[in-house]
Amino acid sequence: MILETLLYLLRFIVILFIQILLINNIELSSYVNPYIYISFILLLPVTVKPWQIVLISFFCGAVMDAFSSTPGLHIAATNFMGFIRIHYLKATTTKEDIEGRIAPTLSQKGIVWFVFYCFVMTLIHHTILFFLEIYGFQEFFSTITRIFFSSIVTVLLIVIGQLLFYHSKTRNG
Amino acid sequence: MRNLIFFISKYYVFFLFFALEIFSFVIIYRFNNYQKASFVNYTTGVTSSFYSTISNTKQYFNLRHVNDSLQLENARLHSQLITSYYENKFTPKLVNDTIYKQQYEYIPAIVVNNSVTKRNNYLTLNRGSDHGIVPEMGVISENGIVGIVMNVSEHYCTVLSLLNNNCKISAKIKKNGAFGSLVWDGSDPRFARLLDVNKHVPISGNDEIITSNFSTIFPEGIPIGKIYSHSLDAGDNFHTIKVELNTDFGTISSVYIIRNLIKDEQKNLENSIKK
Repeated sequence: MILETLLYLLRFIVILFIQILLINNIELSSYVNPYIYISFILLLPVTVKPWQIVLISFFCGAVMDAFSSTPGLHIAATNFMGFIRIHYLKATTTKEDIEGRIAPTLSQKGIVWFVFYCFVMTLIHHTILFFLEIYGFQEFFSTITRIFFSSIVTVLLIVIGQLLFYHSKTRNG
Repeated sequence: MRNLIFFISKYYVFFLFFALEIFSFVIIYRFNNYQKASFVNYTTGVTSSFYSTISNTKQYFNLRHVNDSLQLENARLHSQLITSYYENKFTPKLVNDTIYKQQYEYIPAIVVNNSVTKRNNYLTLNRGSDHGIVPEMGVISENGIVGIVMNVSEHYCTVLSLLNNNCKISAKIKKNGAFGSLVWDGSDPRFARLLDVNKHVPISGNDEIITSNFSTIFPEGIPIGKIYSHSLDAGDNFHTIKVELNTDFGTISSVYIIRNLIKDEQKNLENSIKK
């Protein structure tokens, strides 16, 4: 259990490093700002308690806020996404999933389920984040465009990450 | 009472979520204004030293460009030296210079973190309170303005980039002195918009935009950019002006922080009117 926690902590640091060092420096367009750090919360095992999810996503957002000098934007978005995740998983996981203590990953749940799950979560997160960033409804359509394209790229990057790093797990599971 | 406790214990996750969400919104509301953005002050010190390590490595890739721009600036400054001018007129020497009192001081700084593609962009510089930096100082590059200092830690400061929703800079058209405020619309880091220029003001393409003398942050006449395109919609009282910025935010690396030595005097005087 402790080993597992440490592994997840390590993964959190690695994802954060990728987000801050790499993704934040890729300047594709002002409409594409992917935030892949949310995949850490998305990929936590189903057995993690709901209150832990809420606290972890709060902490996750706080760290991102510190690194992007924004006050509370990432906390609000990530925290909300974490809360939705609890209910989304409650509705879509089976008893076997919970008994098997699986993580909602691509190899465990299949590509259709995973992509849809990621897309819904990312869309929620990005919508809150980008609207709070502009702090109002001026520039409404450009914000919508920004949310849409950033979400697509985020999901794409998360799926690519899954295909690269979690492929071997299919044999075990 | 027991029912209440039961209710709370049943939905405690929701209440936890709700409390944290409210907390984040309070932070956003309280600190959205950049003058009040002291929240990030606590974290600036830690995250900036991290960024400066990255920046040190990244600077090697930029050295060639930095060299070029420094050389250009040197050439420009050399041409402004008194020795480069032919003295046309006899000027009496002043012993005690009471006519010119220095108002602005320039502190060189290096950009250690920067972004251009976000809706709200920030920079981090390697100068802080140890070097006398305080919030609301102007930041310029060799080409034009960059932004306004927002948070200060001991060795670093974060700068509200011109490319930010909260950044509004008082600017004017050099040719006729018509003033307006410069904002960024979030789409292209090379362009900004100049608002509130009255429709009776004649405007032509390629007019230079400079800072106005209204702000206590920037000295008058710092170049900002050129008019790229302009239009006047029917029934609109103000011109729609697109400004091409002089500063290339994508490659910016060395900047100057401006200290206004008599800013407090002006501020105090202005505040005394409001009371």
